[in-house]
Amino acid sequence: MTFEEMKKIVVDTLNCEEDKVTMEASLTEDLEADSLDAVELNMALEDACGVSIPDEELANLKTVGDIYNYITAHI
Amino acid sequence: MNGLLLTATGGALPGRTVTNDELSQMVDTSDAWIESRTGIRTRHWCTAEESAATLAIAAARQALERSGLSPSDISCCVCATLSAPDATPSVACQVQAALGLPEDRPALDINAACSGFLYGMAVARGLLETLGGQYALVIGCEALSRLMDPADRSTCVLFGDGAGAAIFRLADTPFALTLGARGSDVLHAGGPDRNGSAPITMDGRAVFRFAVETLPKCLHAVLDETQLTLGDLSWVVCHQANSRIIDHCVKALNADPAKFYKNMDRHGNTSAASIPVALNELAERGLLPAGQPLACIGFGGGLTWGGAIFQYRE
Repeated sequence: MTFEEMKKIVVDTLNCEEDKVTMEASLTEDLEADSLDAVELNMALEDACGVSIPDEELANLKTVGDIYNYITAHI
Repeated sequence: MNGLLLTATGGALPGRTVTNDELSQMVDTSDAWIESRTGIRTRHWCTAEESAATLAIAAARQALERSGLSPSDISCCVCATLSAPDATPSVACQVQAALGLPEDRPALDINAACSGFLYGMAVARGLLETLGGQYALVIGCEALSRLMDPADRSTCVLFGDGAGAAIFRLADTPFALTLGARGSDVLHAGGPDRNGSAPITMDGRAVFRFAVETLPKCLHAVLDETQLTLGDLSWVVCHQANSRIIDHCVKALNADPAKFYKNMDRHGNTSAASIPVALNELAERGLLPAGQPLACIGFGGGLTWGGAIFQYRE
């Protein structure tokens, strides 16, 4: 999965502005995502690339880059 | 006669209306936060004189009056609740006494949390087929305000109290019912052994994922069994836990959001009462077309789930 592919999923799932979705963007601070948004994002990514992030792991991933790195490492 | 047909509804809400602003004076939260995260704006909580039983009696009395039936026509009384005020007599037995239902018929409570009304329908249908009779009274009632920690902002904003009642008749109209369970404590509320020390707790992430995976499965199961499509249904009435669960499923199903009824903005999550309260609101507002099937989908504590398709009147 490329970052651009993941970015599209993040924008669709969180209804956020594309410009805001950078590797450094904080899910809660910059994208205003809460725990349920994170679950929805996790499910959308699972559909797209087959990698599911365990809930206890998900809570530790703070930025878009953290999620991207987790996904690409486990794909 | 294999199916159940909905013939009449009733409802009751307790006297205390609690707004998000009122809650934000009790715990650290805000109207904007609660509304955007849950879709809930107000909920109703029991006053000191009210309970799940008093609400159930009022809702059942209204349904019976509207049905035009006499108490002797009702062949069983099934009440779904996880917040009955007394271990015994059951709420169903209290309804039986208050409404003067005949004594030679069963009255019982069941607990399947937020799926309770669907489980209650299945039990009622089984009782009618086993013991005979035409009409069943099925109630969902809750006083969740009695089970939660008013200082826990992650749960106290979510739950409300209420009761809804429905009278079903055995009929050959479109009907399907699916039920399931997966024992898990991701949603927990303490009973008598906990001596009031274990209010409702919930693993929000796990429950959300469970809900959005379960809802479409239940809907597809009952649509397949009846060979109907979403377009044939007047409504899909889902358990009203959080508007985001319904929004997620509508998007995933590529369905018309207007078909999925929502009233959690006014009532919050009332567990077993949410579906019959919603049915009663739709009927009262003339929004439930006679002769057309609708679907109801429940999911929640247990974990349990259930789905049904049935018709409203003929």
